[in-house]
Amino acid sequence: MTVAITLPPVLGAASAHGADCAPVLRERGQREVFCGLTGIIWLHRKVQDAFFLVVGSRTCAHLLQSAAGVMVFAEPRFGTAIIEERDLAGMADCNEELDRVVDRLLTRRPDIKMLFLVGSCPSEVIKLDLSRAAQRLQGKHSPNVRILNYSGSGIETTFTEGEDACLAALVPELPALPADSPQELMIVGALPDVVEDQFLRIFKELGIKTVRSLPARQSVNLPPVGPNTRFLLAQPFLGETARCLEDRGAVRLDAMFPFGAEGTANWLYAAAMAFGVDEAEFQRVIAPGKARAIRAIEHCRAQLNGKTIFFMPDSQLEVPLARFLAQELGMIPIEVGTPYLHRRHLSQDLALLPATTQISEGQDVDKQLDRVRESRPDITVCGLGLANPLEAEGLTTKWAIELVFSPIHGFDQAGDLAELFARPLRRRDVLKV
Amino acid sequence: MQLTVWTYEGPPHVGAMRIATAMEGVHYVLHAPQGDTYADLLFTMIERRNKRPPVTYTTFQARDLGKDTAELFQSAARDAYARYQPQAMLVGASCTAELIQDDPAGLAEAMRLPIPVVALELPSYQRKENWGASETFYQLVRAIADKDAKPRPREGRRPRVNLLGPTALGFRHRDDIIEITRLLESMGIDIHLTAPLGASPADIKTIGEADFNILLYPEIADTTVRWLEKTFGQKTVRTIPIGHGATRDFVNEVAALAGVDPASALDRSNMPWWSRSVDSTYLTAKRVFIFGDATHAIAAARVARDELGFEVVGLGCYNREFARELREAAKLYGIEPLITDDYLEVEDAIAALQPELVLGTQMERHIAKRLRIPCAVISAPVHVQDFPARYSPQMGFEGANVLFDTWVHPLVMGLEEHLLTMFRDDFEFSDSAGASHLGHGSSAPHANQHPAIPSEMAENDRTTVPNTAESSAGWAPVLEPEVMAAGGWTAEAEKELMKIPFFVRGKARRNTERYAAEQGLATITLDTLYDAKARYAR
Repeated sequence: MTVAITLPPVLGAASAHGADCAPVLRERGQREVFCGLTGIIWLHRKVQDAFFLVVGSRTCAHLLQSAAGVMVFAEPRFGTAIIEERDLAGMADCNEELDRVVDRLLTRRPDIKMLFLVGSCPSEVIKLDLSRAAQRLQGKHSPNVRILNYSGSGIETTFTEGEDACLAALVPELPALPADSPQELMIVGALPDVVEDQFLRIFKELGIKTVRSLPARQSVNLPPVGPNTRFLLAQPFLGETARCLEDRGAVRLDAMFPFGAEGTANWLYAAAMAFGVDEAEFQRVIAPGKARAIRAIEHCRAQLNGKTIFFMPDSQLEVPLARFLAQELGMIPIEVGTPYLHRRHLSQDLALLPATTQISEGQDVDKQLDRVRESRPDITVCGLGLANPLEAEGLTTKWAIELVFSPIHGFDQAGDLAELFARPLRRRDVLKV
Repeated sequence: MQLTVWTYEGPPHVGAMRIATAMEGVHYVLHAPQGDTYADLLFTMIERRNKRPPVTYTTFQARDLGKDTAELFQSAARDAYARYQPQAMLVGASCTAELIQDDPAGLAEAMRLPIPVVALELPSYQRKENWGASETFYQLVRAIADKDAKPRPREGRRPRVNLLGPTALGFRHRDDIIEITRLLESMGIDIHLTAPLGASPADIKTIGEADFNILLYPEIADTTVRWLEKTFGQKTVRTIPIGHGATRDFVNEVAALAGVDPASALDRSNMPWWSRSVDSTYLTAKRVFIFGDATHAIAAARVARDELGFEVVGLGCYNREFARELREAAKLYGIEPLITDDYLEVEDAIAALQPELVLGTQMERHIAKRLRIPCAVISAPVHVQDFPARYSPQMGFEGANVLFDTWVHPLVMGLEEHLLTMFRDDFEFSDSAGASHLGHGSSAPHANQHPAIPSEMAENDRTTVPNTAESSAGWAPVLEPEVMAAGGWTAEAEKELMKIPFFVRGKARRNTERYAAEQGLATITLDTLYDAKARYAR
């Protein structure tokens, strides 16, 4: 099988428009995925003056604790209002209880400027109206605290979709930018500060004057939005947020997602073109970073080239990551599973996947595991519930959640990203036990 | 509603998972929304299991609500049966499915599967993990046990017992069973059945054939042994063999029931001699705070006072089901029991008591770290490091050895640090010289000199989103003047305070400040420090 894909250095985009992928396998059945509440774990680190209050059950609290690990002990800015038997007795009681919990919380944490009431499966099934609760509490605690709500429930959201729901809830709150204001760029999606700073430096050097981030590091600095906003999605799981921004007149810049040398170059290029940056100037600015990225992934190439990879669905990062591994490291994606496939946002990445790649959306985990066992990939990307059991069957795995928690975007993380996939294979080779 | 960040126990269906995962040939079909599969990783990561837990989740989503969740449940159960061919099936609902009222019991019954199907009623909004495990084990045994099973006549055979309580995700359950099995073996007693860990429904069927039961973990198996007492007339050994003395009592109790000579149980514990040796003298009356599940906390208190010579200053548990037992135990030590599942209350109690050692769960480990008090883990919930590769039971004579090492270790480390602190002004030991094993040029962590800087700041620095160099370098100089000025301490007194070992420094600071307040002193001088010391000398 050949995976050599040739494309113009930056403008892989040309082939992508209208192009699509092979037929998508859609499955329903047991899904071994996180719910959207998990997004809180990284969102609360990013937005430093926000608190995330889940209204849910002991299960929700237990999930957050299991996912947050050691962070739970560092006075994190999230918690759970656990619904108890007596709350289920009557709705009025439930709202009073919520008010009491919020009052207590805000007294304890006067540094909080934005409070998210996060819906869960139990709160949605009992139809506890958290948007009304947020409005009511807003009236009480305004102007010190802004109170919003979104759903991170498992019945509505899968893992990273929790961030989508959170950011989408923020969009109506953004100040309006007048129609005659100069064009501004917005980076959408929570990125580690170090990565965000790298991108801001590059945009500055490209001469793009105003660049904002959603979410901002401080909830009080909400970026304005208007018809002259051009936005780049930094993450592939922001379908609803993109739609809400478009409703407010902002225009999405179509690009690959910024993974590896090619993805990052293409992503930056989309912005450069929208802001009228001269082509030669663009090449000059990105050349050092791109060269560094190519150099950094080079040492993993020997390890990864020609190796097969199987992605179980987890975060929606699967398609762009498979694109990076195939195009830039010569890996062969057998199946790329995603919990939800946003074809329009992913069109450029999809177009660069080898034609032999099976794209699957949704999951029936037992059947999918049968396919893993049958194809015996060199590496399987999966959740922590599946990783050790597959290792015990002699299959090498890479646990997926690390890809969400680690800085992996941009030129200067390309080497680290490749290393995340190379390391399990190298470990398999060095162990003599 | 209860505001919480940390929970000592998961929801009851996680308890049911612990039973299903512990056993062979059992499959659990759990009506649950997408996302509840997170619980799998407790077993595959924390306990490092090499198989997926035998649990099928229906993982319904919003679009399924109101129409076919019941059908979803049945097809999941059907597929699970076809694929895994279990000997018995558990069916139940998680917290969300409990609200949509699909009745897994009725749905499963309608399917007429050719195996026992045990329907679980686990009230998620009232009960918690341990209760769920206990209820699941009880329902399973009740459904499967052959009521006509009897022990064979005793003539010409060794006594046979059931070991009840060990589960998946149990704190040291794996090694406790090995230790207790060996102990019983040395007394000429056979294990008829160990359950739920490692047992299949076929094994459970014969549970009535044992002469008597040994209840190792009341949190899991107390309900079951009560039913077995009623149904089969099997007696129960209730002494928990944690610690040297408790293990001896256990041996005697077992021997009496089995009609064997207790002397045949070989006492292999080094603990009595280790504890009597002069090196241990400094352990005398160390003030210890104990918190965990009731069983481990009560057992630890006895070991602490009677076998290590500590003073038990605090005793508590998070599982209300065993509050009565814990209250009784607290009376033995003349202290107020602390029964709570709110870690902030536990933290307050520890901060107020300023013990010299904390024995607790993973949570107390972090509280103690923050308060700079030595700590050892004695109970679930625990993290991955407390599912060790090495043999490390808590029960039996080897368990007693493990307890001695585990509890004394942080104190020895404390003594070492004390010595270093005493010699801090010597050039070789000075804090600024850094740890010798790090070589030249490494400087000591700043936090060592300033105990008032909470340790979570250090934790914050290594979370997922890396802080910039400016922010991590920035805090120390800013905090320094505040530390020196706090509470009216003169620089000289503050310096003297720093000479006190870190693990009693908090108490000394608190006592001195209380003394100063009582005396109406605005500033705390060297004399105030020593006046307070004299006042509070024990």
